[in-house]
Amino acid sequence: MKEFKGRVVAEGTASASALVSHNGLNTLASFQAALQFGDKKATCGDQNNPDLYKKEMAGKALCLPRTIGSTTGGLVLYCACSMNRQPACMLFSEPIDSLAAAGAVLADVWLKDSQMPVIDSLGDEFLDYVKDGMTITVKENGVVVVD
Amino acid sequence: MDYKMKLSAEQQNILAGQKGDTLAKVMETMVRYGELFGADSMIKITSDYNHLVTSFGLKALKPIYELMDRLISCDAVSTQKFSCDPRPVDPNVPANFLEKFVFNKFMYTKQTDYEKQLEKLGLLNKDAFTCTCYMDEVGNTPKKGDILSWSESSAVVYANSVLGARCNRNSGIIDLMGSVVGYVPNFGLLTDQGRKAKWIVEVKTTKKPEAQLLGSAIGMKVMEDVPYIVGLDKWLDNKLDDNAKGYLKDFGAATASNGAVGLYHVEGITPEAVELGKSLIEEDAKTYVIDDAELQRVYDNYPIIWKKKEAKPKICFIGCPHLSLAQLVSWTKRVDQALTKNQLDKVTVPTVFTAAPAVAKKFKTMEEYQILQKRGIILSYICPLMYMNNPICGKVPTITCSNKLRTYTTARYYTESEILDQITGGAK
Repeated sequence: MKEFKGRVVAEGTASASALVSHNGLNTLASFQAALQFGDKKATCGDQNNPDLYKKEMAGKALCLPRTIGSTTGGLVLYCACSMNRQPACMLFSEPIDSLAAAGAVLADVWLKDSQMPVIDSLGDEFLDYVKDGMTITVKENGVVVVD
Repeated sequence: MDYKMKLSAEQQNILAGQKGDTLAKVMETMVRYGELFGADSMIKITSDYNHLVTSFGLKALKPIYELMDRLISCDAVSTQKFSCDPRPVDPNVPANFLEKFVFNKFMYTKQTDYEKQLEKLGLLNKDAFTCTCYMDEVGNTPKKGDILSWSESSAVVYANSVLGARCNRNSGIIDLMGSVVGYVPNFGLLTDQGRKAKWIVEVKTTKKPEAQLLGSAIGMKVMEDVPYIVGLDKWLDNKLDDNAKGYLKDFGAATASNGAVGLYHVEGITPEAVELGKSLIEEDAKTYVIDDAELQRVYDNYPIIWKKKEAKPKICFIGCPHLSLAQLVSWTKRVDQALTKNQLDKVTVPTVFTAAPAVAKKFKTMEEYQILQKRGIILSYICPLMYMNNPICGKVPTITCSNKLRTYTTARYYTESEILDQITGGAK
């Protein structure tokens, strides 16, 4: 068990199984097919991301360095939250990028029922340590426990 | 909630709900977004027009249309008119029955409704759909130093780098909300410090580097940092003319899609590099040398994700981002000359040139347009990326010289000269 401390981008607590992307998550490429074709498990559609391709993202503790790709990224994340197909939480090893930040803030401000805690700046060691399937607990104040 | 940034009385009043709950939420969104990046204040947008990335009435984006309805119903609309990214479908572009069915009955079923929403929110005009809104013919060209609330990564990097405007890499919806309140958070590329280069890129190639490959290499290396590029000016004839602007448009789009570059400086060419020179470089900047071998390495590492790697191309897209007028003329002439040389009448692969509606309108008055038609090339305003972003079109062997299109779709990348060979019967 190891504990990491980051910065709270969107508040909340969560406990979920880890899903790890070692490269940047292309939000549009990853979520578009799931949103378009009614896939409630949000199966990742990004062929360029071998860590996540064809894996279910909804309800998982999504661990990643940052997001990349189209500037639609923030609104795609907002849509995933609105349609209840979002990860249980998003945990960034790096400081959050502007597109993911937009999605996290939009969901937090505009959606009443959607909860997706977002923590950033967890450090490179976090992404080195965490593996698919590990149990992640997000506590208050940016503490993330990996078990 | 307490915020660290300094807000004016007007901004505080909006945040407190004095102009309604919806506008208060819009301001809260912008302030919270800025706080994450250490913004010290909200500063006024000074550009004449905005530019939005979301141009497509994709059924999957229903929550966005609901959000926009809410803004419209509360009269929380844009304080400036805006252009928008290209439309996702065009009847002129080849599509079979199944593809048309998917586009019209499944994917873009909200297109008409969404365009009505855009009109209510402040769309510039019915032809203001292009990713190259900054072209003279379109008219959304910011001035040096203008503060923008744009999104669309290729447009943002062009506005910052080639025009000297100031804009962060905003997400869709944040772009609109900035112009609804009239302010954007002051951080990153809006500040002098944020515009300094953390990388020196030395171009040491033996010939003019392919814009798309050079941009791709730099994007993958520097990611979101600002590069200061030396050694490229000689390949651009030491001036920022129409040819250089077209080159930098394609180069910048590749830096933004293969990395997350929002601004680059080219020594002797781009306005801030001309004005401030090497003082733009941070003291501890890293160096990246690009030679012929490095560009070849980048090219060789692109994955080919066609099911049958030797399949015959079924369609070719040229113009992601949309072509400039000078590029349309140049491509038409090159295709014409190559077909004449190869004793062929028409292109050998169905080929689509894409450009802004206003650019296409001007091109249609020129003699080269007759040549384009004679040679069987289709001229369209479509967004090839949106066209291809579905499982059916994704299976069609598509070729392109756009690195952005390669990055986001199954399209296979070739250099410009290879593409020319492919579509004019010169490929071996």
